[in-house]
Amino acid sequence: MSIIDLDNLPKDFLDSRMVLNIGPSHPATHGTLRFTVELDGETIVECATEIGYLHRAFEKMSEKGTYTQVIPYTDRLNYCSAMINNVGFALAVEKLLDIDVTPRCKAIRIIVNEFSRVMDHLVCIGASAVDVGALTNFWYFFRPREEIYDLLEALCGSRLTTTYTRIGGLSGDMPDGFIGRSKAVLERIDDSLAIVDKLLTNNRIWIDRTSGVGSISRDDAISHSFTGPCLRACGVPYDLRRAKPYLGYENLEFDIPTRAEGDCYARYLVRMEEMRQSRRILAQILDRVPEGPINVDRPDVVLPEKHRTYGEMEALIRQFKLITEGIKPPPGEVYHATEGGNGELGFYIVSDGTGKPYRVRVRPPCFPILSAFDRMMEGQMIADLVATLGSINIIVGELDR
Amino acid sequence: MSETTCATAAEVGLLLANRFADAVTEGPGPVGDTCLYVTPEKIVDVVRVLRDEQRFDFLMDETCVDYPDREPRFEVIYNLYSLSTGVRVFLKVKADDSEPGVPSITPLYRAANWFEREIYDMFGVRFAGHPDLRRILLYESFKGHALRKDYDATLRQPLIGPADGPDHARRHG
Repeated sequence: MSIIDLDNLPKDFLDSRMVLNIGPSHPATHGTLRFTVELDGETIVECATEIGYLHRAFEKMSEKGTYTQVIPYTDRLNYCSAMINNVGFALAVEKLLDIDVTPRCKAIRIIVNEFSRVMDHLVCIGASAVDVGALTNFWYFFRPREEIYDLLEALCGSRLTTTYTRIGGLSGDMPDGFIGRSKAVLERIDDSLAIVDKLLTNNRIWIDRTSGVGSISRDDAISHSFTGPCLRACGVPYDLRRAKPYLGYENLEFDIPTRAEGDCYARYLVRMEEMRQSRRILAQILDRVPEGPINVDRPDVVLPEKHRTYGEMEALIRQFKLITEGIKPPPGEVYHATEGGNGELGFYIVSDGTGKPYRVRVRPPCFPILSAFDRMMEGQMIADLVATLGSINIIVGELDR
Repeated sequence: MSETTCATAAEVGLLLANRFADAVTEGPGPVGDTCLYVTPEKIVDVVRVLRDEQRFDFLMDETCVDYPDREPRFEVIYNLYSLSTGVRVFLKVKADDSEPGVPSITPLYRAANWFEREIYDMFGVRFAGHPDLRRILLYESFKGHALRKDYDATLRQPLIGPADGPDHARRHG
């Protein structure tokens, strides 16, 4: 006896639509966000994105402490590349204070920035490949990522939430042998890129799952304020390291990879090439890290060396004032943007002259990118939603703040 | 590129101040950037001129600052960027939380949709003509607007599910 009574099917049986809920807790969402999709068979008719499940009130909490106390919060924005956020925030406050950090500090900040960018892209490609069923690449990519984490740990003592920068400098200098270790890691990155390049770039299944999937046109991407690899995959060579260089990126040689297609495969290729370019930057900068101090000579901003606070009255007072009252930038506003792993990471800071920021606004690159997701998904297959979400590299910590 | 495209932010400021004599004035803004104060009635026209004639193709950011002692108390800040000239211009509109609110620029930039929803969510500033002005990061039954200066950061609110759709997702409140 048949379970389905084929003679008496409901009239709308073949064109009945189904509403499917994905998330907020789902392995493919890389964090907590929720989609409600209306399906016709396996095709998405309409997609509605709901965010905010990971909202931690970053902007509100930033108003409650000193400028230095905001730095740990920035770790938790894009936690795949925490260093970039640290550097971005420090640069914004330094612009307000009219501070130009020392050459050695700039070089170290570029090193951590580019290592973080590589790490960010490694996670993105590795995880998006897992989402479409290719697990091996993940392991090949997580080995160099692990070694980069070891490097960051040597620099600042922690791996994920680094809190490495300070306003006007860094929390500590590079340990002995750091440059040599970094160069060894570069070789590791080369190896894993070569392996994954062989595994994925010409892989028939990978191309079928990503090419022509989740595409967006150049004009739509611009209207939605895409930045970073997602914009460059639409053929727009906008990169803040070139458009408005900071930290001395203008003195380094690198290319800005672009693709015209604007689909998941283009985003994959752009990210792969960006890692090679970051590696190129690292090879240049590691050979020319200048000697000298890492902190600027600004007693009103930088803490005195710890041993001096035990012997000198002035140093002790300075430390006490800076810790209890904080750095006091002049009243005013500032916007400074850096190129994050996902695009333009901007900080808009309003100071009222006290030790606490009056307002800290972060422009998270993920936020405008995800605002285009509903549009990108219409007419795609349900499995493509997962592939696309992986390829636009949504980091919910940054999206929801 | 059209012949009238301005090469610097200062030129853009001058052009707009001449064109919209009563509605646009230059004023204090972010360090090192040009900032123009625009009256709410003219914001859509000004942004349209910037987008269509001056090639400001990106609305990089739209945000808000609360100054409770001022009247009106909010400043909505637009961050526009031109890809072709590399110029960035900030626009500011003074606003309060009354109806119908600041005219929405969603017809000009799609990115404005979520940016304006976030401003509404966090500050309570309304945007006239916005197609979908709902909260975005917080939930519908949240009371108050969290980024206002008079919202106490230690205040606790019950976390309850959304009003529509399956609510199994948030049943831990």
